[in-house]
Amino acid sequence: MSYLTAFITGGIICSIGQILIDKTKLTPARILVLFVCVGVILTGIGLYEPIVEFGGAGATVPLTGFGYALAKGVIKDVESLGILGIFTGGIKAASGGITAAVFFSLIASLIFRAHAKN
Amino acid sequence: MDKVYTNNEYKKIVDKVSPNSPIVKNITRAFFVGGFICIIGQFITNFFLNRGASRETVSSITPILLIFIAVILTGLDLYDTLGKFAGAGSVVPITGFANSVASPAIEYKSEGLILGLGAKMFTVAGPVLVYGISTSVIVGFFYYLLK
Repeated sequence: MSYLTAFITGGIICSIGQILIDKTKLTPARILVLFVCVGVILTGIGLYEPIVEFGGAGATVPLTGFGYALAKGVIKDVESLGILGIFTGGIKAASGGITAAVFFSLIASLIFRAHAKN
Repeated sequence: MDKVYTNNEYKKIVDKVSPNSPIVKNITRAFFVGGFICIIGQFITNFFLNRGASRETVSSITPILLIFIAVILTGLDLYDTLGKFAGAGSVVPITGFANSVASPAIEYKSEGLILGLGAKMFTVAGPVLVYGISTSVIVGFFYYLLK
């Protein structure tokens, strides 16, 4: 069951991205930025948590889920550390993904050769 | 005998018969590929939850593993192939973020380890982090004021 809701939720979020690309000529880079920011804001106003509860990985795997992690981390650290948490919570919650992307990419760029772009 | 259409008339008929077909096709592809990547994410999540990992641990493990897979596929030039088919279906998931880091890192390695590989890695990830983190600071600020 969790697979079906993940599939539907993730599919819908990606479809929204595709509509934006086709209809507005937003570049993929802008889509990524937009989705992360929207995820942060929706989480901040309490609207993304229900989507995560319904869709599981379907809501956390898209970039809006990255924003969800940032916002949730900030809220958690503001609860425990007060105003300092505004600065420490976000990256802390997203650290695994950021570090993985940077480190694996470094290793990959040392192993793999550039492919001809067409 | 059938009417002979000019190119223009023919184009109008085709447009009428297949309304927005490229968009519908693109959205369908994005839906299925994006949904499928989320199913893989759900599989990893369930796998570790069933082995007693906490929700918090799993919410770190899942993106790390997906990123690992995406970086390897990028290195093998398979992620770009997927991207041509899937469009936003491969851009919007966290694997698309990983691809946006790995792809320029590999491509610009030849321009040097610092300003090539090291700097170009953040062509897309940089803006994502700048605006994502800044938005989270604003959300945190309001949460602090209103809680």
